[in-house]
Amino acid sequence: MGSQNSIRDMFFEESEELLEQLIDGLGLIAAGQADDETVNAVFRSVHSIKGGAGAFGFSALVDFSHRFETVLDAVRSHRLEASAGIVLTLQRSADFLTDLVERARRGDTETPEQADSFLAALDQCLAGASAPDGLVASAFGFAAQPILLDLGEPATEVFEIRFKPFGRLYSNGHNPAMIVASLADLGETTTHLQTEGMGELADFDPAAPCLGWLIELETSAPETKVREVFDFVDGLCDLHISTRLDEAAAPEPHPQVAPASSGATQASSSPPQSVRPTAEPADNTPKSTLRVELDRVDRLINAVGELIINQSMIAQRLQELRLATDADVVTHVEDYRLLARDIQEAVMAIRAQPVKPLFQRMSRIVREAEEATGKKVKLQTSGEGTEVDKTVVERLSDPLTHMVRNSVDHGLEKPEARLAAGKDPIGTITLSAVHRSGMVVITIRDDGAGLNRPKILEIARSKGLVAPDLELADSEIDALLFMPGFSTADRVSNLSGRGVGLDVVKNAVSTLGGRITIATTPGQGTEFIISLPLTLAVLDGMVVSVAGQTLVIPITSILETIVPEESDVHQFGASDQLLFVRGRYVPLVDVAEGLGLSGGLRDPRKCQVVLMETEEHALVALMVDRIHDQRQVVIKGLESNYGTVPGVSAATVLGDGQVALILDPDVLARNVSPAANSGLLRISEGMPHAVSH
Amino acid sequence: MQSAIDATRLDLEFVAFCTGGQNFSLDISQVREIRRWSPVSSLPHSPEEVLGVMNLRGSVIPIYDLAARFGLPRTPHNERNVVVVAAHGGKTLGLLVESVSEILSVKNEDIQTPPDTRGDSGRQAITGIITTDEGMSRVIDLGAVIGFGGKAPQ
Amino acid sequence: MSVKVLAIDDSRTMLGLVRKVMTDAGFDCVSAEDGEKGLEVFSREAPDVVITDINMPRMDGYGVINAIRGGKANRTVPILVLTTESADHLKARAREAGATGWIVKPFDDATIVALVRRVAGLGS
Repeated sequence: MGSQNSIRDMFFEESEELLEQLIDGLGLIAAGQADDETVNAVFRSVHSIKGGAGAFGFSALVDFSHRFETVLDAVRSHRLEASAGIVLTLQRSADFLTDLVERARRGDTETPEQADSFLAALDQCLAGASAPDGLVASAFGFAAQPILLDLGEPATEVFEIRFKPFGRLYSNGHNPAMIVASLADLGETTTHLQTEGMGELADFDPAAPCLGWLIELETSAPETKVREVFDFVDGLCDLHISTRLDEAAAPEPHPQVAPASSGATQASSSPPQSVRPTAEPADNTPKSTLRVELDRVDRLINAVGELIINQSMIAQRLQELRLATDADVVTHVEDYRLLARDIQEAVMAIRAQPVKPLFQRMSRIVREAEEATGKKVKLQTSGEGTEVDKTVVERLSDPLTHMVRNSVDHGLEKPEARLAAGKDPIGTITLSAVHRSGMVVITIRDDGAGLNRPKILEIARSKGLVAPDLELADSEIDALLFMPGFSTADRVSNLSGRGVGLDVVKNAVSTLGGRITIATTPGQGTEFIISLPLTLAVLDGMVVSVAGQTLVIPITSILETIVPEESDVHQFGASDQLLFVRGRYVPLVDVAEGLGLSGGLRDPRKCQVVLMETEEHALVALMVDRIHDQRQVVIKGLESNYGTVPGVSAATVLGDGQVALILDPDVLARNVSPAANSGLLRISEGMPHAVSH
Repeated sequence: MQSAIDATRLDLEFVAFCTGGQNFSLDISQVREIRRWSPVSSLPHSPEEVLGVMNLRGSVIPIYDLAARFGLPRTPHNERNVVVVAAHGGKTLGLLVESVSEILSVKNEDIQTPPDTRGDSGRQAITGIITTDEGMSRVIDLGAVIGFGGKAPQ
Repeated sequence: MSVKVLAIDDSRTMLGLVRKVMTDAGFDCVSAEDGEKGLEVFSREAPDVVITDINMPRMDGYGVINAIRGGKANRTVPILVLTTESADHLKARAREAGATGWIVKPFDDATIVALVRRVAGLGS
């Protein structure tokens, strides 16, 4: 990858942060909590995006951010009041800017059609602004740099340049010799040092400039080129440029360039300008950070995974040696284990990211959904700082978008209905994230009418998803929402419909090793709860053996482990068996059979049982030969070298170096859950993909 | 996708091995290493020729029984069996064979196109034939081997 | 003795670009992401040329120029200002503050290198 490309990548990465800062700042402005520095930071975000976009020639992005910046500048300098209407325009512009950055990232440099309306809205803002101080609002875009065309063979000309620096010229870091040298680049020069300004030695002030130069330059360059050399020192010197021809006509150098106004010639003791107080509240100081390529982090994570496997191999060998538990080597290896865990946690933390950018995007989704549905919605968020693996954050974006749209569209009532129910006509959607026992729990709550269960059941029956006579528990009815085919064309609104149902959300969540549940209270609202692992790299699992194979069952869905009593096992039909546990009859699933590892039913009374809850809240008892222990395992994807395997979500390497498959218990259980047995509730065969980075 | 035979190369090198009583060879550029056989963990719902998965320095790689892939009986268990670790299209995999015999240096024109034969499902996975001192060696198309007759596992 | 350039910009992208252009041209390049840090690096590294952005958090480019010009060591170091606009009032303001010259973004590599060479006294 060329470094130009890596800088381009850097631009997009930085833009993402700048957009986050922008949206954050606009949120504060909207809430009336913004101070000057917030507004400044908002301005700077757009300004920096413009600067970078210019470097890569993303002209659509440059044009839009320029106009955007102009409005923000007016707000910043208090020429424009940040009224609610203006702030809304700014927020929408920020959304559009996000789109433009995304387009540029994809290499699409066309200016999208909507640009005009966004630009018009921004201009509308400015119409109310007073004229900026000291400058006329310039037309947008970069001021065109004059392009000098060299046409034909130009004749040479002799310029006579009289140049006498003021003190400011020196203090601004200029060196007259350099200027003379730059002139020499244009042609032949003859330089005469003029010392008329120098007085008696006794009066000599080394700080006061007294030297001047007379330079004769013979060049084919036009006068503009010659003047360009003095561009930076304009006003910092006496300068007279004339051509020989002029000279002949007018021997006295005429003041083509007036000496700079006296104000500008004053010594460098000009008062400090616009230096902001430097002391900032300590909490605003950004933490020192280091930018690292993701690949490097992943290599580190892999290596640490190996380290942990290596540790458990050593520990296992030691155990086989049956040493005294207080033997030195045993203690050292235990220390090794703890250290390896520390390293692993630290390394995982590198990949951890706050969910904040994700939540921020949702405010845009809500705004769009408001427009599409005509509902009024307030979005509240909490726990934005909650950190979770980068991949989880990334892959959660689509499902969360869908959920939020769904909540606005189907969860909340229309304002009239809310008023009639004695509620605030503005609905509230609450997004929250929290760490809970090794998982991150994200909830999307609306204060709408709650799920209409009879209606859901009716829809499911009409679509043939549920047998007409099948009685379902409330939780089973709620779970129907996640069934493929539940959401179909006749209820496609222009918002959450689009032919995608919540089943897609559910699949995305299970792919991440998480689960989604619903809680609803009629009249008060509905809550979707997504629990996800903090990382996709390790998992807490229970190690079991089945038909001579060692397998891992993720701990998250396990309720308890049981050694079944003979009297609790009941034959059910020709081939099924039920286990009586917790006062309920639970289907008994032979894992070996489910995985096709051995033929025929084994005796459940000789097995051990893992009781687990499926995503549909059904209980299932998994029959295994033996339960060993519970441990954290490093997840290894199967699909990168092979493909996905039904009933298996991934693999891991155990202490003895052997590969153990990690089960996807939901898939195993589905084939036997009571609803599935009805033959109608069978979940599609599309298997969730195993996780990988 | 790498092709088993790169027509632009004049001198080609193949790793030759024997399994199920037949000789096979694989373009050396696809071979990563040769390992002693070690037990695998079997994969549920896998085709006959997929023996299972093995740990290769932290990566989980599938192991194919090459003989079974070509419709021959499964390779009988033997301590001397070896695994040829190969890479194809970003995937790493192992081929269980009975023994690795030699490295063959061949000229491109010495590789014959296999004739059309009837019915052998494994035939599509052979892209060429090399004549050797011991007889005939079949050049394997790795992509076809792991693709189950063209259909890649998803 | 190679020329040492200090680049100060709060935009990593810009900083990256400037660094690349400078190092490609054979200059040493040190950098800082805001004015305050820029001054720290300035006093530590004593650069031959300073290139600074104007609009930055904590201390802006004018602050940097003021601090350097009003400081003790190396006060007449050439300072080039990076600006997106080539508007005259901005140039005047930069000059007023004590800037040696300016670079209008987006810049092309050759121009900025020539400019640095020029103010650093290397000729073209």
